[in-house]
Amino acid sequence: MSDNCSPAAAAPVSADSQSQRPWVQREACCATYEPCLQVRDLAIAYAGKSALRNVTFDIPRGCITAIVGPSGCGKSSFLSSLNRLSDLTDGCRVSGSVRIEGQEIVGAEIDLIALRRQVGMIFQKPNPFPLSIRENLTFPLKHHGMSDRQAREAAVENVLRRVGLWEEVKDRLDAPALGLSGGQQQRLCLARALVLSPKVLLLDEPCSALDPLASAVVEDLIASLRGDYTVVIVTHNLAQARRIADNVAMFWLVDGAGTVVEHGRAASVFEAPGNPITAAYIAGARG
Amino acid sequence: MADRIATVFMWGVALLISAVFAWIVGDLLLQGLPHLSWGFLSTAPTDAGRAGGILPILVSTLLILIVCMVVAIPLGLGTAVLLSEFSRRNPLFGRLVRYSLDVLAGVPSIVFGLFGNAFFSLYLGMGFSILSGGLTLACMVLPLLIRSSETALRAVPDDYRRAAAALGLPVFTTLWRILLPAATPGLIAGLVLGIGRALAETAALLFTSGYVDRMPGSLLDSGRSLSIHIYDLAMNVPGGESNAYASAVVLIMLLLIINALTFRAADRWLHQRITAV
Repeated sequence: MSDNCSPAAAAPVSADSQSQRPWVQREACCATYEPCLQVRDLAIAYAGKSALRNVTFDIPRGCITAIVGPSGCGKSSFLSSLNRLSDLTDGCRVSGSVRIEGQEIVGAEIDLIALRRQVGMIFQKPNPFPLSIRENLTFPLKHHGMSDRQAREAAVENVLRRVGLWEEVKDRLDAPALGLSGGQQQRLCLARALVLSPKVLLLDEPCSALDPLASAVVEDLIASLRGDYTVVIVTHNLAQARRIADNVAMFWLVDGAGTVVEHGRAASVFEAPGNPITAAYIAGARG
Repeated sequence: MADRIATVFMWGVALLISAVFAWIVGDLLLQGLPHLSWGFLSTAPTDAGRAGGILPILVSTLLILIVCMVVAIPLGLGTAVLLSEFSRRNPLFGRLVRYSLDVLAGVPSIVFGLFGNAFFSLYLGMGFSILSGGLTLACMVLPLLIRSSETALRAVPDDYRRAAAALGLPVFTTLWRILLPAATPGLIAGLVLGIGRALAETAALLFTSGYVDRMPGSLLDSGRSLSIHIYDLAMNVPGGESNAYASAVVLIMLLLIINALTFRAADRWLHQRITAV
């Protein structure tokens, strides 16, 4: 599966590539397939009503893991439990275990700010702050302790180049971010997450609110993150999952609550699904 | 045909409302403007207000308004933030506070006046003073200010809150840098309503700030507000009508000027924060 890793990530870390992409905290390439997140017996309930149960699988480091399945089977809930954003929802109770690089994050008294710095998130609808393009990136940096103005400016340029926005916005960094197009806004949101150098990126249907062209740009961008970040992406678009995922987890509603019915490498899940539900869903017969 | 009737009806209603407004303003301007002069604004009243100007009254009015707003804005904003951002975990508490506010907002102003007289003037010993008048007005304006600020904050999309939380930004940073600026237009609209209500108030001030028409020497002096002056001239002073009209014109102009200045200041502030093109 070494072809799953982008050439840049597979290449040895040279001084040159480091200087071009200093925001990258190099991780093992996806080929090694070691778990970054270990999910064990995870269950989520809203006001006592079970939404997700018995979720157990590993998410490999440096890979793109697609979460697929029909609406309402807990995919987004699952994602928001990985950075404890579920805490914001009243009556949401998460139980079980999720370890990120060995550290337990469910239920434990953890530093949420540190966790969310390590685990970035992109939402379905682009949601840049009502600030300038530049401030969207410098504002989080400032609050995570980067007090040197020049370092911040450098980080802004780097990360905007990384998401391919630099050439489009370099002359209007002080213009309002809400004036950008939808695709540009989503890339800015991705930049805003990347500027904090997270290890894990959670993407909740990042392309579904975009037009096909913008969607393709963002999708390519996500594919290029392989090897540098551990990416978990919820998508309704099976074709997209097929194109970019290394690893797939299939969610399905069983007895009124969502659960994982099949997971594994993308090739095996898509080509030779072991579960009849998965097979039918992938064949387009259901869901 | 039905569309036609509806159109005519709606135009009629709109015209009627505009006509009432034009009548009031026109009457005021017609009767008040001839008596308006720089001298009227810059001298003290004589002969119980029949002659002379309104300088001390203008000063008292502004002082009462400043006391009211200095107290009401921080308290109002604080409560609104509590209600919109922090009462989600405790809906019963939020509902209780909201219900109390709605009842308070409907309490007649004369009752606020009696309360202010009993509490600020007598119990706290402030007497008939600009301070007790301003504080009473603050109590009266608070429900309005809190509810409008809360609505403005709630109207800020949850997307911003989730985005900020997902970036690991602390709640207060998010509030100060994102939510409050985004809510500013609504906050200002509420503030302007509050100022209007405070400027228009007569009954609550009769018992608290009093109606002494001398220039106030401190916040503990009694001071007559413009609306009380108008009331007094129109009701108690034979031959005071023309100056009452002139004072009313001044009151309306004052309201327009304060509103314009508030909107301008908010615009500036937003500009600094959101650095538009």
